[in-house]
Amino acid sequence: MTQQTLQARERSSLATLRRGLSLSPEFKDGLPFTLLLAVVATAGKIIIPIAIQQVIDRGLGGGTPDLPFIRTVVLWCVAAVLLTALCGYLMNVRLYRSTESGLATLRGKGFRHVHDLSVLTQNRERRGAMVSRVTGDIDQISAFMQWGGLMIIVMVGQLLVATVLMVIYSWQLALVVWICMVPIVVFLPRFQRWVAAGFTRVRELSGDTLSAISESVVGSAVVRAYGSEDRTGERVEQAITRQRDAQVKAQKIVGLTFPLTELIASIAVAAVVLVGVALGLAGDITEGRLVAFLFLITLFVAPLQTATEVLNEAQNALAGWRRVLAVLDTPADVADPGEEGHVMERGPISVSFENVHFAYPGGEPVLKDVTVDIAPRSRVAVVGETGSGKTTFAKLLTRLMDPAGGRITVDGRDLRDLRFSSLRERIVMVPQDGFLFDTTLAENIRFGRQSAGDDEILLALTELGLADWLDGLPAGLDTPVGQRGESLSAGERQLVALARAYLADPDLLLLDEATSAVDPATEVRLARALEGVTRGRTAISIAHRLSTAEAADEVLVFDKGEIVQRGHHKNLVRVPGVYADLHASWVAAARS
Amino acid sequence: MATKVTPAVMRRGFRVIGVAIRSEPAVFTGALLASVLYGVTTVISSWALGWATENVILPAFRQGAVEIAAAVSGALFIVGVAVLKAVGVMGRRILAGILQYRMQARSRRDLSRQFLRLPLAWHHRHPTGQLLSNASSDVEAAWAPLAPLPMALGVVVMLVTAAGGILITDPALALVGFLIFPALAVLNLIYQRKLSPLVTRAQEVRAEVSEIAHESFDGALVVKTLGREESEAARFRVKTSELRDANIAVGRIRGMFDPLLEALPTLGVLAVLLVGALRLSTSAITAGELVQVSYLFLLLAFPVRALGWVLAELPRSVVGWTRVQEVLDADGSMEYGTAGLPGGAPAHVAIDAVDFAYVPGVPVLSKVSFEAGSGRTLAVVGPTGSGKSTLTQLMVRLVDPDVGTVRLDGIDLRELERGAVSDHAALVLQQTFLFDDTVRGNITLGLPVSDEEVWAALRLAQAEGFVSALPEGLGTRLGERGASLSGGQRQRLALARALVRSPRLLILDDATSSVDPQVERRILAGLRESSSGSTVVVVAYRMATITLADEVVYLEHGTVVDRGTHDELIGRCEGYRNLVTAYEREEAERVTLDADDEVMA
Repeated sequence: MTQQTLQARERSSLATLRRGLSLSPEFKDGLPFTLLLAVVATAGKIIIPIAIQQVIDRGLGGGTPDLPFIRTVVLWCVAAVLLTALCGYLMNVRLYRSTESGLATLRGKGFRHVHDLSVLTQNRERRGAMVSRVTGDIDQISAFMQWGGLMIIVMVGQLLVATVLMVIYSWQLALVVWICMVPIVVFLPRFQRWVAAGFTRVRELSGDTLSAISESVVGSAVVRAYGSEDRTGERVEQAITRQRDAQVKAQKIVGLTFPLTELIASIAVAAVVLVGVALGLAGDITEGRLVAFLFLITLFVAPLQTATEVLNEAQNALAGWRRVLAVLDTPADVADPGEEGHVMERGPISVSFENVHFAYPGGEPVLKDVTVDIAPRSRVAVVGETGSGKTTFAKLLTRLMDPAGGRITVDGRDLRDLRFSSLRERIVMVPQDGFLFDTTLAENIRFGRQSAGDDEILLALTELGLADWLDGLPAGLDTPVGQRGESLSAGERQLVALARAYLADPDLLLLDEATSAVDPATEVRLARALEGVTRGRTAISIAHRLSTAEAADEVLVFDKGEIVQRGHHKNLVRVPGVYADLHASWVAAARS
Repeated sequence: MATKVTPAVMRRGFRVIGVAIRSEPAVFTGALLASVLYGVTTVISSWALGWATENVILPAFRQGAVEIAAAVSGALFIVGVAVLKAVGVMGRRILAGILQYRMQARSRRDLSRQFLRLPLAWHHRHPTGQLLSNASSDVEAAWAPLAPLPMALGVVVMLVTAAGGILITDPALALVGFLIFPALAVLNLIYQRKLSPLVTRAQEVRAEVSEIAHESFDGALVVKTLGREESEAARFRVKTSELRDANIAVGRIRGMFDPLLEALPTLGVLAVLLVGALRLSTSAITAGELVQVSYLFLLLAFPVRALGWVLAELPRSVVGWTRVQEVLDADGSMEYGTAGLPGGAPAHVAIDAVDFAYVPGVPVLSKVSFEAGSGRTLAVVGPTGSGKSTLTQLMVRLVDPDVGTVRLDGIDLRELERGAVSDHAALVLQQTFLFDDTVRGNITLGLPVSDEEVWAALRLAQAEGFVSALPEGLGTRLGERGASLSGGQRQRLALARALVRSPRLLILDDATSSVDPQVERRILAGLRESSSGSTVVVVAYRMATITLADEVVYLEHGTVVDRGTHDELIGRCEGYRNLVTAYEREEAERVTLDADDEVMA
């Protein structure tokens, strides 16, 4: 099971809301005026009850309708309605603008921070989960910011206004209405919790369905090669059925709770009719006020009716914020010193490891007390069995991770003190799996240096001896490479990754079995070309074959997390030990 | 793309809705009945209020007395109607939800079955992201109109009932209604016509934002090693700005129409008051009827919008449905024959005059012929990009040749029954794929084998050591695509997956490249000892692997240049010699250079 690391920190809802809002300063832009507009727009809702009360009590009071008075009331009300509609429009536009800007900022911050996280943290997370941090999770917030959040303000306002009017018209009837509402207030939070739990479950299961389908698509070759269509299909169908059942269940909860307020509202109306008539008989209320009161109940109940929905949205938004904050609050444990960091001069580079220790969280030590100096312009080969710590050595040297103990220096400076922009410019690693972006070959190579023109890319490929290969491609530099570069073969992807790193023009080039899937003839050509183009630079290769080690100025032999031997191939091969054994097996593999 | 509410789109949209009705007639009918109940009771509830005003409230105020029976029955009338209305709402919401979710599940199931049925060649042409959005957002869009549909139909009933009611009450007030409600409907239609293209656009941009994030996080290591975080963030910000603008454009239309739609019924009530007062002065109506009609206008204002919601969803629904249907209608699914394979001896595989191209006009293989006899080991060698992996896929029928045949034990693969090839042949792909499942599940893939057999396969693949060190051994879950393991470990699990099946034909597509030579040698030794029952085809560059083979097929640019034993090919085929002896020659040169250096020293 993948370990969940981006855990949301326990934080109260209010604190989450406050911190969430502070991340998007745009939310506050012009907020007071927007709120004022909201208040005016909401006030529009009491126009009808007031109009009815006025018409019945004063316009129809004397038995014959007072037509001029009614006309005046209606005209004023029409003006008021148009004004509130205008305020509603202005409020909406302002709200959309500020919230969408704020959310775009939040997306940008989240995205950037995911890239700032160390590879360790990134690898522990599902890709899909990290993507939803900057997409779906933030969309959840937008619904609340544009409707729910305002609805809370509007609802409270509407409740207050309705209450004030109700009390003015008749405090006794207001009391009757309040008593009727007690069950709603008591049960609402519970219903809301059920609804929220139901929807949370739906979201989880939707994610499961999508991963199950995704697996059957991404692994389509394996599924077919092993005839496991039925088994895979069954897994997918189970996920789909579970999702559907959860959706139906959530819908039932919503369906059962929603009409409850409707029912209670009608009881309130009936009670008001009965009590109102009794009050009327006692002369405590006018008929217009009583009828208006019936309209006020609708006004009073409406917010309670949407409360379940609004609270649910508020909860969703909080959950969304919590998940985004979980990313932003995960410390970038390999942090860029930024402006305070040192900027190195370009030129030949020297590296030294001083008593470096490393262990993956909760795991055995992978590197133990590694001390080594690598001179400028030297050509170093790193060898050892799978799991001996070679790749960890490379990741520490490129500062993809920081050592648990000891320190690594470049030109005498601690790696942690170097500004990332400078570090990444000078030290570039080519990982074994050449990931390519879904665009053209040229764009992928240009990823190494954005300013490079097509002529420079062609030159780089030529210098690496890859011009013939390029000529064989259907559209040359404009060949699309497909998703993750999968239109190219594994070996070809490695060629592109190498060209990309070479174009970046680093002072230290680190190859992590970067040509393992390339055919021998091409690889030898490439190795020779690399020897030429890296002259004057420091070059470190994690080697998977003999000649890389033979050609190196120095070989570092790793075994169980330690450097057990180092020196030139010629010297190492003569003494019995790890290298001699490795060498023997290589010779056997190459010659049989 | 259909994004506007046009008559043609509406027709197609209604046809999509028709599919749902035919698929779930009972649920739909139930939802419809519940909604009609809701519609009728909504209108009646305003009558109840009018009746109470007329018979209870006004007599009480005007005559100073009230009949207890009338008061109580008025109250019961109001509550009783509300109970029926609540039942209607409940039934409508629940059944509409069930309708929508069942149709979604149905489409998802059809899609996922189709994804599994369609051949690999089809998958090569369709990116993963697209297929996933077929199964998620397209399915959701296709069935989105189902949620508000019963309510909208209920509203139609409600409007007819209300119109009839008002007409009976007073023709003059009805005239106000006949002006306001059509105006509301027209406004709604304009609203949706303006809104839906903008919503579709926002939806598209949202998908693009998600794609960028996905790709960028997928390539996080490359982004990091080349220090391109900031430019990636900039690329993302450009898209999120587009999304912001698209959403603001949606908001502007919503912001304009929502207050208008709210204001219109309010204006209607004011008109009712004005006209009503006139009618009251001529005693054409009573005060109770005036209250009743006003209340009805307020009650109808909101539900009438449901008509708009259904119309708004139609264009998206049609687009989603069309996309889903394209997948479901895709042909080229693999046809299977009826022949079985006897089993027993190692398989005999023959490839005869095979041509293959992913893209017409760019051949990957042409006129390839060779065979591997029962129990023999055959090596396929060739430069990067010469068509070796495609050849391995043809041998287990992941793809069919354009021309020519592939035969297993003399039978054309296309004549074999479903499942026959994978029962007898196993391919270990160059690109390892692991499922988010346990180690055991990843190796058996549902094959009924004992733990002992799984361990034996792991031992053979040199994976026993690291698997037994995992916290829960065979039961350890591997996580998404086996991210917790190293490349070499993943490759060894993939090997074990093939070995546990004791296949009669084993094909290894450069399947030991992430494994150290020492480990590879141990694996190969194990294979040689135990695979006596298999015919083996290996794609390899390493000399040690190649020399294990009885015969070598050398490919260049998709054609067989030569075939024979390793020694024969070394002797007569220059391309082959150059390729496989590249390391040796290089080393020899180096030794000479070193010797020169030493002489000079």
